[in-house]
Amino acid sequence: MSAPGNFKIPERGPGIWQPKIIGLLCNWCSYAGADLAGGGRIQYPPDVRVVRVMCTGRLDALFVLKAFADGADGVLVSGCHFGDCHYLEGNYKAAKRMFMVKRLMKSIGLDDRRFRMTFVSASEGAKWAAVITDVVNTVTELGPSPITEFKK
Amino acid sequence: MAEKKKTTTKKTETKKQDTKKVAPVKQEVKKQAKAAAGSTTEQKARVGVFICHCGTNIAGSMDLTAVEAYAKTVPNVAYVDNYKYMCSMPGQAVINKAIHDNKLTGVVVAACSPRLHEPTFRTATKEGGLNPFRFEMANIREQNSWVHMHDQEGSTDKAKDAIRIAVAKAALLQDLFPKAVPVEKAAIVVGAGVAGMQAALDLSAAGIKTYLVESDASIGGRMSQLDKTFPTLDCSQCILTPKMVDVGREPLIELFTWSEIHDVEGYIGNFDVTIKKKARGVITMAEAEAKGIVGGGCNGCGDCEAPCPVIKPNEFEMGMKPRKAIFINHPQVVPLLYTIDWDSCVKCGLCVTACGEKKAIDLEAKDEFVKVKVGTAILATGYELFPIEKKTEWGYKKFENVINGLEFERLICASGPTGGHLVRPSDGQTPKKVGFVLCAGSRDNTGIGKPYCSRFCCMYSLKHAHQIIEKIPGCTPYLFYMDIRSFGKAYEEFYYRIQDEGAKFIRGRVANILEDPKTKSLHVMTDDTLLNRPIDLEMDMVVLASAVQPSADTNRTRKLFGVSCSMDGWLLEAHPKLNPCGTTTAGVFLAGVCQGPKDIPDTVASAEGAASAASIPIHKGEVELEPYFATCIDEKCAGCGMCVNLCPYSALALVEKDGRTVMEVTEAKCKGCGTCGGFCPGGAIWMNHFATPQIVAQIDAFLLGGEQ
Repeated sequence: MSAPGNFKIPERGPGIWQPKIIGLLCNWCSYAGADLAGGGRIQYPPDVRVVRVMCTGRLDALFVLKAFADGADGVLVSGCHFGDCHYLEGNYKAAKRMFMVKRLMKSIGLDDRRFRMTFVSASEGAKWAAVITDVVNTVTELGPSPITEFKK
Repeated sequence: MAEKKKTTTKKTETKKQDTKKVAPVKQEVKKQAKAAAGSTTEQKARVGVFICHCGTNIAGSMDLTAVEAYAKTVPNVAYVDNYKYMCSMPGQAVINKAIHDNKLTGVVVAACSPRLHEPTFRTATKEGGLNPFRFEMANIREQNSWVHMHDQEGSTDKAKDAIRIAVAKAALLQDLFPKAVPVEKAAIVVGAGVAGMQAALDLSAAGIKTYLVESDASIGGRMSQLDKTFPTLDCSQCILTPKMVDVGREPLIELFTWSEIHDVEGYIGNFDVTIKKKARGVITMAEAEAKGIVGGGCNGCGDCEAPCPVIKPNEFEMGMKPRKAIFINHPQVVPLLYTIDWDSCVKCGLCVTACGEKKAIDLEAKDEFVKVKVGTAILATGYELFPIEKKTEWGYKKFENVINGLEFERLICASGPTGGHLVRPSDGQTPKKVGFVLCAGSRDNTGIGKPYCSRFCCMYSLKHAHQIIEKIPGCTPYLFYMDIRSFGKAYEEFYYRIQDEGAKFIRGRVANILEDPKTKSLHVMTDDTLLNRPIDLEMDMVVLASAVQPSADTNRTRKLFGVSCSMDGWLLEAHPKLNPCGTTTAGVFLAGVCQGPKDIPDTVASAEGAASAASIPIHKGEVELEPYFATCIDEKCAGCGMCVNLCPYSALALVEKDGRTVMEVTEAKCKGCGTCGGFCPGGAIWMNHFATPQIVAQIDAFLLGGEQ
């Protein structure tokens, strides 16, 4: 399996823990960028499941928290670059909310590296693969979410 | 799923929460929501899952039998089927039949990206008798089988999850009805180079009022600067000026030169575009007549130019010819109208005196803003040359005798600064050896130049070589190339012709150019990769076939129209193969080089394509807007008004209803981004097709195992 850049692909196989990560993507940039990575057959780890929305501006901070409460090990929000939002400024508003989520995570003792907001345009297939690889690596290193551990 | 047992208690809680969420919403959202949510409604959701093999594109990377078996166990799934090509007619017939036979309330197709085939399957869903918005796609190709080709287990698991997530949403989808809006019978074209002119001519020929906006003082664009065109060697001006005159004469085309796009509002069918007419300082004859100046206005006589004391380099001539502060680019300009360059004008007023009774000059002119309403828009913003001085090894702007391709065009052009005599800029002597450096800044992975091929430089350099051989007896062109890309009709034949005419071809990327300080001649150093040895050739002159890049104002303009761009700045088409003229913004189309480097035939073809595409909604008279707008749940709305300020389209307002202040949505203005819905602290905003319960159901489906 090959990935762009210097990212190490995590090991996979029976008995190896794999993280559950949810990706909340905007339709116009990041989802299109992810499609482009597919068209280019750029390989990346399969641990991120995707939910598509029209704009990251649609994302309530509660969606992210709900995902963590449900036991997600990581959450990725990805939208257009600043200034490129299909709806003018939805991504700015999303970014503000997501900063709030990060602060909240820190204050409740949930490692904020489990949550990331990235900006991937429709032409950045290779970047998408790099982002996913890095997110999966980061979350894999952090291990299972403490919320899941509490439930046991 | 392993987590299932452990999370049973949690699941029940979620069920309760969701019930609470869905139930009041159901009452609110008109009567549409009847069949909305799975276990909470009278009518249980029955979702059909259709798995596509896409030949071996999907089937080759994952275990589809396991995926299909799993899909049957997902809650709310009433029917599962698979087919080799779901998008084919028989594949769609499978969906159609299954909807009827199994009384499905929702359809999930697990196949490619919804960005590719969502419209296809929506139509199939509709033909099966369901509302087309009761369809959801699970992307198991672009975002699964193609990117996890060697991980069968991983991709199979991911496909199962994707289907579970999609089913969870499909179970909660509602009937939606697109809104038809009328289309304004007018179009706007931004940029009046050959692409913009062709598009405007085609639109006007189809009976559509067209506003043509050009930032320069004259229409014509880059093509008007060229001397001859490859491979036919037509004179560029001779084939272009008739088109320019046609544009100027066409009553359905309203020309805005020396103007730019200031603001764009609205959506397909109803764009409100504000055009900024930059202060020109000179009024047309029509404007003079409107002001009551009999026989006044600029008639292009040029009396004003002579007394003007300011001398500046003429940009049209690549700075190789002088112009005054009041100027026209060249004698064939359309419209024939002088322009004042305010940066250099000293407002001495000599031109006003010279103009006399015509009273065409107004030194106190101000920018004007004109608002037009159009149904569709075409961007044809063109290109400029990459600033090749950034590649310092070739000495452009350091050595006098190193010029770029456009400067060569002006020097060899009969109407250019030297009357068509190619001379060395350092001493005015006729050169005997001229070097052409191809891929100057193109196909450059150093990070300084451009990684792409600029596409037309090989051919124009061949044409330059021909012109030298034709015009200057005894002068030899040397082309330093990486590959000659003569891809078009009759281009390869042209390449052979230039070889036969005696041009020298040296395969090798030029490493360095050094100047002999005495003679100002240039030493071109390269590796001849065919002879496998380094060479150093002395040239009298060197022409750099510079890379091209999007014109300076492209980025600002594209943002106004909401068009994306690729990493190198070229505007992004809706689909590179099947929709090269469209963009992801409905009603906005691309023509010419702004989408990517093109030669003249390709530019004109793309302009005609864009004009045709832009005229379709106008001729149809109305367009359907996706019904993704926001709705306010009045009972939940506290009237705080936070959403009103968040909306980028001013679609929301606070109104009085039954003695309470609540928010109201103007559906025609709402584009469905959901920024309001993502913020509303009371959860009072219902986003059609992306409603909170639907998104939460997707999150839960992935993490809790799919049961609501």
